Amino acid sequence: MADLWRLSISEASEALARREISSVELTRAHLDRIEDVEGRVRAFVTVTDQDALREAEAIDRRRAEGEALGPLAGIPLAIKDVLCTKGVRTTCSSRILEHFVPPYDATVVARLRAAGAVFLGKTNMDEFAMGSSTENSAFFPTHNPWDLNRVPGGSSGGSAAAVAAGEAMGALGTDTGGSVRQPGALTNTVALKPTYGRVSRYGLVAFASSLDQVGPFARSARDAAILLQTIAGYDPLDSTSLNAPVPDYTAALTGDISGLRVGVPKEYFGEGAEPGVSAAIEAAIETLRGLGAEIGECSLPHTRYGVAAYYIIAPAECSANLARYDGVKYGLSVRAGENDPTAATREAGFGDEVKRRIMIGAYALSSGYYDAYYLKAEKVRTLIRADFAAAFERFDVLVAPTSPTVAFKIGEKVSDPYAMYLNDVYTIPTNLAGNCGVSIPGGFSDGLPVGLQLIGPNLGEAALLRVADAFQRATDFHTRWPESLGGRSKSRKRH
Amino acid sequence: MSIDRSVVDHVARLARLALTEDERDRLATQLSSILEHINVISEAETSAIEASANVLPSMDVMAADVARPSEPTAALLANAPAQEDGFFRVRAVLEDE
Repeated sequence: MADLWRLSISEASEALARREISSVELTRAHLDRIEDVEGRVRAFVTVTDQDALREAEAIDRRRAEGEALGPLAGIPLAIKDVLCTKGVRTTCSSRILEHFVPPYDATVVARLRAAGAVFLGKTNMDEFAMGSSTENSAFFPTHNPWDLNRVPGGSSGGSAAAVAAGEAMGALGTDTGGSVRQPGALTNTVALKPTYGRVSRYGLVAFASSLDQVGPFARSARDAAILLQTIAGYDPLDSTSLNAPVPDYTAALTGDISGLRVGVPKEYFGEGAEPGVSAAIEAAIETLRGLGAEIGECSLPHTRYGVAAYYIIAPAECSANLARYDGVKYGLSVRAGENDPTAATREAGFGDEVKRRIMIGAYALSSGYYDAYYLKAEKVRTLIRADFAAAFERFDVLVAPTSPTVAFKIGEKVSDPYAMYLNDVYTIPTNLAGNCGVSIPGGFSDGLPVGLQLIGPNLGEAALLRVADAFQRATDFHTRWPESLGGRSKSRKRH
Repeated sequence: MSIDRSVVDHVARLARLALTEDERDRLATQLSSILEHINVISEAETSAIEASANVLPSMDVMAADVARPSEPTAALLANAPAQEDGFFRVRAVLEDE
């Protein structure tokens, strides 16, 4: 079988079960693909090729012995370098953690490992997940497979680019203000942010603890459902983990969305969106209507305060969380003579954006400003939650663009931090409110992918995936491959 | 609200960041500009609104009081920049006179 890296997880899973292919063959195909394109894409901070082949051999052996294995057994995946992997360095794309090797696995990694997944390596990101372009990596920028001169989005840009380029069949990212969905939109992948608490954060290096959530990248809704199924669920090691039953996500993919009430929040169709993005989203809404969904307008009136509230709350939490990097327990340690070694370590170890956010957060929490900034932002958060609660009384899911723009050029926004922040204007409110969202391939604008965002209520992931899957049965956007990387550019076979 | 150098110096001290002179100047400009955008939230009517520190219902989370093995000390100390006799080694806070 040629070009194994083009298979979807569900296709490969069936081929593995029928023993038409082995996990070693599948893993080698991905390592070869990485060899082939990684010099141009630069999605990985660390490639664990030897470990991956050993894991693949072990799975093939277990299968040969007749063991019943699940859908992720032998499937090669990539993990964002913010999730702890036992024995494999976990850098957060930061100098301060450049040589950090965790003594344990994050719960999501442990669950994938138990399901037999093969780990190809750790993916590049904006340092400590702070950014929307992956240009804030302390090591190197990642390039968008659809146009190598453009960013893949961020902060989970490495995971998104790896999946889009065929370097991995699926990946994990983290989404604090859009860091899964926005790179998903910019790279034509399916990228899901689960409800806060749906997926364990144990072993996820903390950025903003009331907002962070782990989510999957894949090339189809079905594959995303398979990944979510494995990582979702209660974890006693995370006190914010929800103790709620996990539904059968693939069983929800019925293809039937007739009568489903789909809301279109008018505030997400403002002047900020590029015309090509708006046009693609409007066409996608017509596709949903054609599938029998009932489309209606709704309002999320406090949307205009979302970015501001986020850029107080997230930096405030980050300034507290990143206090742990003191040069004593782990990570970089700088001696500074008579000066404060912790301050010197942090000066040498953190990049510009991380320092900027620590400063914003420390300022917003400092004496005299707490009420005007932090407390005010938390009240706005209540208003944004109420907006969504009212909308979900009338609608099952909401539909909107994921990002106001397609992928922008590398370097285009680095000099204007707030312009970069505005790229997350349509994803941030969902993090503030805690509910779920997914970005799926929604069309193209001048050859660049446009992400269609579906937003669901708390624990509404099954409905989101059903809509995403129904949309993918009616469209072929998700089956297209970027041509800039070479290889035959035929459409992927649909399942 | 504009951020001047003295505010930057104060906050940098709170945040334990030994910033360079260039960084301090640049941050004064950038933080002022970011705060200008962020100040839009002062327009939100919130007088009767409770704050949401997080999105979960308030509750105590208790773990069962069951002993279980912890990671070995050596594994947990393996990343320490300096260690001695199974402890993190730090700079002395109080020296003998």
